[in-house]
Amino acid sequence: MIELVIAERCVRCDACVDICPTNVFDAVPDAPPRIARQEDCETCFMCELYCPTDALFVGPDCEHAEPTDEAKILASGWLGQFRRDSGWGEWAGDPRYRNEHWRMDGVFLRAREMNERR
Amino acid sequence: MTGRSTYSEAALSADVLVIGGGLAGTWAAVAAAREGAQVVLTEKGYCGTSGVTATAGPGHWWVPPDPQLRAEAIRRRQLTSFGLADSHWMARILDTTWRTLPTIANYYDFSVDDSGAIHYRSLRGPEYMRAMRRLTEDAGVRILDQSPALELLLHNDGSVAGARGLRRQEQQEWTVRAGAVVLATGGCAFMSKLLGSQTNTGDGQLMAAEAGAELSGMEFSTYHTVAPVFSNMTRSMSYAFATYLDAAGRELAIPQGPDSTRALARELLKGPVFCHLGRMPDDIRAVLTRISPNFMLPFVRRRIDPFSQPFEVTLRGEGTVRGTGGLRVIADDCRTTVPGLFAAGDTATRERVAGATSGGGAQNSAWALSSGLWAGRGAARLARERGQGSERPVGAIGGAGLRPRQPAAAGPSAAEAIAAMQGEMLPFDKAIFRSGGKLKHSLSVLDDLWRDLRASLGGRGLALAKARETAALVASARWCTAAAYIRKESRGMHQREDAPQLDERFARRLLIGGTDWIWTRFDEPVPELERAAS
Ligand SMILES: Cc1cc2nc3c(=O)[nH]c(=O)nc-3n(C[C@H](O)[C@H](O)[C@H](O)COP(=O)(O)OP(=O)(O)OC[C@H]3O[C@@H](n4cnc5c(N)ncnc54)[C@H](O)[C@@H]3O)c2cc1C
Repeated sequence: MIELVIAERCVRCDACVDICPTNVFDAVPDAPPRIARQEDCETCFMCELYCPTDALFVGPDCEHAEPTDEAKILASGWLGQFRRDSGWGEWAGDPRYRNEHWRMDGVFLRAREMNERR
Repeated sequence: MTGRSTYSEAALSADVLVIGGGLAGTWAAVAAAREGAQVVLTEKGYCGTSGVTATAGPGHWWVPPDPQLRAEAIRRRQLTSFGLADSHWMARILDTTWRTLPTIANYYDFSVDDSGAIHYRSLRGPEYMRAMRRLTEDAGVRILDQSPALELLLHNDGSVAGARGLRRQEQQEWTVRAGAVVLATGGCAFMSKLLGSQTNTGDGQLMAAEAGAELSGMEFSTYHTVAPVFSNMTRSMSYAFATYLDAAGRELAIPQGPDSTRALARELLKGPVFCHLGRMPDDIRAVLTRISPNFMLPFVRRRIDPFSQPFEVTLRGEGTVRGTGGLRVIADDCRTTVPGLFAAGDTATRERVAGATSGGGAQNSAWALSSGLWAGRGAARLARERGQGSERPVGAIGGAGLRPRQPAAAGPSAAEAIAAMQGEMLPFDKAIFRSGGKLKHSLSVLDDLWRDLRASLGGRGLALAKARETAALVASARWCTAAAYIRKESRGMHQREDAPQLDERFARRLLIGGTDWIWTRFDEPVPELERAAS
């Protein structure tokens, strides 16, 4: 579930307010958006993808809110991980984060061969 | 980013209104606009991130236009449709998908492999839906985000005249009058925490049923996908390498493939089940995040190494998402039996292309794309004939959740009603191991629940939208349960413990509809030719 909007990183673009599929955020004039309906969060991580400054943190638990320490999250290296791995924004074109989704069919095939051999 | 969605008018008119901005809805809007129609698309969440397409990575049914290859693909897929698919429609989605996907190359950066081949079949969800939004905008479609549709508007003659809904961030109403309406609100997964499905609550199916539309195949709604118990990450690829263990660490014999769900569910009914992905080869681990960047997020953030540390798993029900039931379409342009109303994607039945076995992995996304294109084009053509009709009188026809019959009566809250519905639809002993007795009991619970919420459930603003979603969830639950009860046999994903065999008398599609009173009817037998193939 969405846990943090990190004020020091937020540039108040309100992209998260716009794009959240379940309308979790409220825009606040001259301030970072507020997590207004955390219980509606569907843990889809889309807000992290659309946040240009990696100011959002979605926790792994889709059922329960979890106490989250902002300092620890800032130090974790997890902020922006999804956006980087997806090759979005400034990461576009970086060969380390190329979209190799097309390999999925081959992976399924490998698994089937391995399972048949077992 | 296109900036905040701003629109001032609460009342719009258009040739075509598309409800739902996922894969099917965006293709429908684009097709209608290309026919010259003025198009409005309304989306409950945000067109580009909402729905089950955006969070996954749809691999389309993808067969080159070689007549022999196509015929063979169709013949093989007929075998698992158990007599309910239709080769005409299978051929159509193969053809449309093959022709269409390469046309979005200016919007989606298709991968080129080491041999220089371009891969069109399988797209990453967020990038695909970002591309579809841009394509939709460039086609001149007006997109209303954060604007769930709540109900249809009808003319006196019963034909569709538009819809009404909520601008949920402004807490105002919207009304769109239109010559034709395409429903593309997705399937209904009963808020099971299936990835990306929280907004897919069956709203389109309820709106259509209130207008008299028919549904088909709702009994084919037992598909489930494995996920960590704390997570909704129902991305199945990596589980092809899964090793399952019981609480004592003993390996469980879970077959791979379509039978894994029932075996897993049986174990889950006995006690907790754990899993590790240790059999995944190193070279695949190395590219896993480049294939699916979201898959590892829950593990990393729980500090679990899924390759060496067993983690507890569960199954997430998919209802009619990777089930196959939905609105019945009666012509090549995906019109429903209600004049002016079209259906596309998971809102429509996918029996014609998948029959009694899930179309996930291939047919579903090919269907969403193709049915979207056909419905959009059909709607535009009809609107051209009929006009926008904005001068004719209309009535709003929404019932449950919007206009309680006895608002003062005590009744379940939305949260209570959803919990009660889930109590019948999510437990594995009911959802997967069906039997007449269990289904009958569930149906009576759900019927009572419907009667109670029909009497009293409503609200204002966001609570109204939630009340309406609740009604739609319960409506889909009732249709799925009633259809499963009536189909007293086992066919494809619909397995009944009290009738474990295929029964030739049931080699027909089962139609269902109605809201307060549910009716069912077996369709004409599917043509002999189709059945012979299976
Ligand atoms: C994890 C997962 C993986 C999958 N992988 C594959 C695959 O590899 N291959 C394959 O063929 N299929 C796959 N599928 C199935 C495939 O994703 C779907 O069939 C397809 O995406 C359906 O598209 P859709 O447009 O009908 O639904 P969606 O993309 O879900 O769109 C429906 C939209 O309607 C909106 N909506 C709902 N109610 C309202 C309302 N009242 N007003 C306005 N808007 C509303 C929703 O917010 C949503 O955005 C997968 C499904 C899942 C869950």
